[in-house]
Amino acid sequence: MSQDSARVERAALDSEREPNPVLGVLRTSVGRNAGLVVALLLICVVGAITAGDRFSSTDNALTILRLAATIGVVSIGMTFVIIGGGIDLSVGAIVALSSVWCTTLATQQMAEDTHWIVMVGVALLVGAGCGLVNGLLIAYGNIVPFIMTLAMLASARGLAEIISDKKTQIVGSGVSGFKDFFNKDVLGVDVQIWLFALVAVVGWILLNRTTFGRRTVAVGGNPEAARLAGIDVKRHTVYLYVLIGVCCGIAAVMLVAKTYTGSSTHGNLYELDAIAAVVIGGTLLTGGRGTIVGTVLGVLIFSTLTNIFILNNRSFSEQSLFKGAIIVAAVLLQQRLASRSNT
Amino acid sequence: MTSPTTGPTTGSVGTALLQMTGIVKEFPGVRALDGVDLDVRAGEVHCLLGQNGAGKSTLIKVLSGFHQPDAGTITWDGQVTSLSTPARAIEHGVATIYQELDLVPHLDVAENIFLGHEVSVAGITQRGRAHQQARELLGRLGHSEISPTRLVGSLPPAAQQIVSMARALSHDTRLLVLDEPSAVLDQEEVKNLFRVIRGLTAEGVAVVYISHRLEEIREIGDRLTVLKDGRTVATGLAVADTPTAELIRLMTGRSIEYVFPPRPEQPGDGRPVLEVRDLGLAGVFTGVDLTVHAGEIVGLAGLVGAGRSEIIETVYGARRASSGTVTVDGKKLRRGSVQQAVRAGMGLAPEERKSQGLLLDEAVFKNITVSSMGRFARLGFLDSGEERRRATELTESLDVRPAGVTRAARTLSGGNQQKIVLARWLMRDCRVLLLDEPTRGVDVGARSEIYQLIRSLAGRGVAVVVVSSEIEEVLGLADRVLVVREGEVVHEAAATAIDEAGVLDLIMERKVPA
Repeated sequence: MSQDSARVERAALDSEREPNPVLGVLRTSVGRNAGLVVALLLICVVGAITAGDRFSSTDNALTILRLAATIGVVSIGMTFVIIGGGIDLSVGAIVALSSVWCTTLATQQMAEDTHWIVMVGVALLVGAGCGLVNGLLIAYGNIVPFIMTLAMLASARGLAEIISDKKTQIVGSGVSGFKDFFNKDVLGVDVQIWLFALVAVVGWILLNRTTFGRRTVAVGGNPEAARLAGIDVKRHTVYLYVLIGVCCGIAAVMLVAKTYTGSSTHGNLYELDAIAAVVIGGTLLTGGRGTIVGTVLGVLIFSTLTNIFILNNRSFSEQSLFKGAIIVAAVLLQQRLASRSNT
Repeated sequence: MTSPTTGPTTGSVGTALLQMTGIVKEFPGVRALDGVDLDVRAGEVHCLLGQNGAGKSTLIKVLSGFHQPDAGTITWDGQVTSLSTPARAIEHGVATIYQELDLVPHLDVAENIFLGHEVSVAGITQRGRAHQQARELLGRLGHSEISPTRLVGSLPPAAQQIVSMARALSHDTRLLVLDEPSAVLDQEEVKNLFRVIRGLTAEGVAVVYISHRLEEIREIGDRLTVLKDGRTVATGLAVADTPTAELIRLMTGRSIEYVFPPRPEQPGDGRPVLEVRDLGLAGVFTGVDLTVHAGEIVGLAGLVGAGRSEIIETVYGARRASSGTVTVDGKKLRRGSVQQAVRAGMGLAPEERKSQGLLLDEAVFKNITVSSMGRFARLGFLDSGEERRRATELTESLDVRPAGVTRAARTLSGGNQQKIVLARWLMRDCRVLLLDEPTRGVDVGARSEIYQLIRSLAGRGVAVVVVSSEIEEVLGLADRVLVVREGEVVHEAAATAIDEAGVLDLIMERKVPA
């Protein structure tokens, strides 16, 4: 019988964690994102001081956004998966496979005969297909997302190597329409940057204004409650992995257009960059909470840092070292905010 | 009041080891402890009595350093102290053995006993010495047959409890708190437990013993303290001098009586809505037949673990039935499909409201509309203004306090959270409502409100099934009662045709001691 009171007790303990109203503001998504904006501005100040005009110019701003665009698209997808209680380690490999598949001679020939959009379609389909396999095996095969996507990481890159015979596949002149379209300027800004903006806006609407977004939060926040409320948790999980697969397909198209190549080495370590950006952006790795705006800011923080390192002729190794430190600092800061408002 | 004890007397009996005065502990919306006094002497067995929700568990948690009291003083060995963390409490020599044992199943017995203070030299664990010391401790508890190398997960509950006690003894324990230790034990094991307790008190260890079984308290206890509604109503009573009638009077006599809404003359229109035939879940329950008519409330009574929750979860499709059928309004449901049950008009308010029912960090209105989102969406786009309006209407009609549908569900009290779960199904106009322990964690004062609400739902033609471990609640609320024992429905009767004692008899038949 006193099991009951133990439950009451636990309930009381839970409600004890009610956020303090003042410090609680810092825990709201708006407060957290304001913190990220401040961090980004500080980084820009550092850039302006160390690199001067080479940093503070419109051209350089566009360079930073170009740097952010591809990984940004993947990070938006990753935000959904992580809010939904999962993780996807296979994004880089899926980007590679999509880039290879959409640039094979056969695909290019088909695109030449019909329209370059075929290449885009192939990339998206390959991405969605990989996501579907991930999702089905995670949801219905009960494989832990970490393991399933680790397996996909290995397999997808392996398949990309087999298809391309480990050779870089160059986009031929027959489909120059493809290259032209994705490297155009619209209102002085690259199509690729617009594409990132579009994915971010669609992602924001999807997360905040649709039943899909609401279900994602429910499934990640409390899967049992979501199931008992009548949500098909398994099916929704599949959708989430298909969504991130499509994002990988878009990223692959952007990479192919940027480099004029498809390669099994594309997208290397994207999984780490995307997860890092999402976590810095304040999304809980345990699921149930996160924002698109935070992720976009996380991506911008990383690409701005990279840009500053490059402008100052610092090595890639130093960048990596610094990135690691930033991730730890960001997470520690979040935890402190969280625990301070708890006591 | 503080007459000599019936337990073994040693030189140390009589020294006040622990004194708690005026302890207050408040949680948002609940004053769990409201002025508790307790004094425990070295070498005695001090029994703590009280009904569910009287504050026993909270008091133990204060004692073991998990909660900090909002007011009151704690004196340990004559000195005012604060048990600010569990580690501080252990340093003082307080060891608590909870009902839900806190052992690591994948570690062996010795590793569990010395968890956190491993026997080691320069960080290298010394398995040999650890096993030796574990054997000594287990021997001291009269259980040398438990091997220090067995995995704890492979031990029966009684043996696990012994391991917990060995762990307590491995610290320099001066006060041992036992929360319903006999719940997992059979009679022989209880006898052994008492032998162990007597051995400990003879060494001067003080024991705080919590149990619902009066006969046990009679046998092992020296003095006792009674809690009711978070207050001490009697403390330091000698067990031997206090008649049972007096104890029951102290424990009962609720400050607020439950008020059950009156039953209608003819519940419902006699049309069956929910029909369950020969439902079974392998290894849990078999052959359950249940018919609930529109407007009728049917109660399932039984002990925890009798299969009540499992039955309604299976009806709901949250567990896949191994046999039988569930029909709503004549439509047969697929087994194991919550989605189909919900579409057919079923709703469940689960037992564990926080872990199974609510999205605690989400706004109230989102919790209410989560099962009827389609209604507020066009092409997948949600009209959250409309959501909030409809949710506000509902919360106002249910008198949810504090008002405001955008606050997080976490910030509401238990009773108001339950209203949110009910509102979710009201939003869907559901036909069948399954309620598992609807008033668990709900303030005594708010219970009547929940009862009223359930009855008025039935009044609108909803078929309601209520599961509760409080017999009084089932009998007071339901029109018809089904008694469940060990996975079987053993009796069915009109709620007015059976009383509390009758139900108790039925559910405990095999367990009631002679």
